[in-house]
Amino acid sequence: MIPEGMRYIDEFRDSALVSNISRKIGLISEKQINLMEVCGGHTMAIHKNGLTDFLPETIHLLSGPGCPVCVSSQQCIDHAILLGRIPGVILATYGDLIRVPGSQTSLEKEKARYADIRIVYSVLDALEIARLNRNHRVVFIGIGFETTAPSSAAAILQAGKDRINNFFLLSSHKIMPPALETLAAGDTQIDGFIAPGHVSAITGYGIYNKLSEVYHRGVVISGFEPADILQSVFMLVKQIESGHFQVENEYTRIVKPEGNSRALAIMNEVFVPADAEWRGLGIVPLSGLAIKEKYAAFDASKRFTVKVPDSLPPAGCICGEILTGKSKPTDCNLFSATCNPLNPVGACMVSAEGACSVFYKFMK
Amino acid sequence: MNHGNGGIYMNQLISELFLHFFKNETIQEQTDSAILNVPAGHLAFTTDSFVIDPLFFPGGNIGSLSVCGTLNDLAVSGAKPVYLSAGFIIEEGFEFMKLERIVKSMALEARKAGVRIVTGDTKVVNSGKCDKLFINTSGIGMMEEKHLLIGSGCKVRPGDKIIINGPPGEHGMAVMQARKLFTFKTCLKSDCANLYPMISKMLKHSGLVHFMRDATRGGVAAVLNELARKCNIGIEIDETLIPVNEEVKVMCEILGFDPLYIANEGKLIAVVGEADAENVIGVMKQTKTGRETAIIGEITGSHSGRAVLKTKSGGKRIIDDLMGDQLPRIC
Repeated sequence: MIPEGMRYIDEFRDSALVSNISRKIGLISEKQINLMEVCGGHTMAIHKNGLTDFLPETIHLLSGPGCPVCVSSQQCIDHAILLGRIPGVILATYGDLIRVPGSQTSLEKEKARYADIRIVYSVLDALEIARLNRNHRVVFIGIGFETTAPSSAAAILQAGKDRINNFFLLSSHKIMPPALETLAAGDTQIDGFIAPGHVSAITGYGIYNKLSEVYHRGVVISGFEPADILQSVFMLVKQIESGHFQVENEYTRIVKPEGNSRALAIMNEVFVPADAEWRGLGIVPLSGLAIKEKYAAFDASKRFTVKVPDSLPPAGCICGEILTGKSKPTDCNLFSATCNPLNPVGACMVSAEGACSVFYKFMK
Repeated sequence: MNHGNGGIYMNQLISELFLHFFKNETIQEQTDSAILNVPAGHLAFTTDSFVIDPLFFPGGNIGSLSVCGTLNDLAVSGAKPVYLSAGFIIEEGFEFMKLERIVKSMALEARKAGVRIVTGDTKVVNSGKCDKLFINTSGIGMMEEKHLLIGSGCKVRPGDKIIINGPPGEHGMAVMQARKLFTFKTCLKSDCANLYPMISKMLKHSGLVHFMRDATRGGVAAVLNELARKCNIGIEIDETLIPVNEEVKVMCEILGFDPLYIANEGKLIAVVGEADAENVIGVMKQTKTGRETAIIGEITGSHSGRAVLKTKSGGKRIIDDLMGDQLPRIC
């Protein structure tokens, strides 16, 4: 039961509370451990609030692949660019994606060359653009995990209901569990996962069970305020020090064990798991969301025929290692001098929640 | 288009609109240059162009913005604004009623400020060649010798206090709302205002105002970074001391924005010698634009060239420059 009148911002940023949790962590932390903050929102919150100041030297935080812009492959960007060049197509995208470099250019540069590319704040804005521009075909570039996939699914259902036949989705949506299991099975030492709070609000807890039961890693679902994150670290350290691994929920004010069944139902109605390429992880089986055949009429990958060339990652870019916790942004030779927010080489520098962008902004 | 070709229609537009509202002897002369009588001494001279979209927003419009913006550039430099010019680039087909409303706003702001708009220019361009209306205003102000260095920051020293006259972010968020970028409703208004009345009191009552700048595009963060880099000094800001507009705070939390980077049109950053900071704050709080004035930090001798924020939680991080527009969080 949430106390009446509780506000969720100031209380969870209270310096006395934060210091107290930090002290508790210090009292129990003995082993040298690596904790992965999966979600880009957590990476941002940790460094924006200076939370590494509150952790003992035994705890190292690794950034994970939970930044939808960062894990979008070069091919995805190239595909979108090719669609944007088709006469009569309006591309609609979340803002951050516009600056991600493809193999030759970016959506931002294409926009400057008169491609009709519009930044939207919601997929429903894209649907509205389609509604108001019936003589154009509107393609929304769908990125994001289980948090945003249901809204893309809802947009397709609405488009079908309202007969907005000029709306299409280019799905680059992904789901978390296969990527996390790939990381747990890989060679990066990860002792515990700070699990993404908003993904979990949709999915519930069950998606992480394999991480604790099979891979013996601690998992704590965390909110985004300083006290949330430090409390989650405390809970993870307790698990790791005791050797008793389980899935715990720190973000109880938002996340329920069963998640959001309605959102999941909508998502599962429209999408089916498919193999997907993650920048940094390569092809991860059944980690993407493809549009079901039933809704193929809205699937941009089927309704538009373009040949997307193979491409190599930019020389010297180690976004892949950063997204999998193998390296920090400051380990990259391109960081800051060559690759920076004004001239990004890799996607991790473009997104506001990308590890490289966060490091550049808050820590240089 | 005829209203920009120098003929009868243009003369009609000038006399019925601009001369009618910008009433003063100098502009009525309609000479190619305004001949001004200025006392001997130092002049401050500034110019700015305004291309805001939408033209009308809660708390103001492009007209009031173009006057207050230029007045503020003079005032934060330590100058008393005296004269303005106003140049208009008007898209063909722009509604006369809207133009009249904008010009009236400009006249009102100038009159309230005791400043005369003494010269101007009008161009009309083909449809599509500008976005409805662009305005340029230039301004002249008179400066006392003792205030000449206020804009440069060279008098700033470690220990000086950093002051803001109210909560940041109101203008930028009000404009975003006017652009209908999100559907939730707020009562937000732009803080667009003439800061000279407050600044004149500050300068009258204190000889320790070492620096001032208005926090427009790029927000408070831009001013702090410019000052830190230019003067090679360190800046420490305490997040708990920054005044807060609750609606701005909530909107920023939802969208993932940082108020320190959001544009303002009625906020300044002042750096004042420690000995006089409380006195200056007391003077500012007695004015309309300074009621929520607060000390938010200080100049330090460490981390030269950098502005650092001590967060509410107690951790520290760098306040970097804005790189590209802030964009709402995706998930």
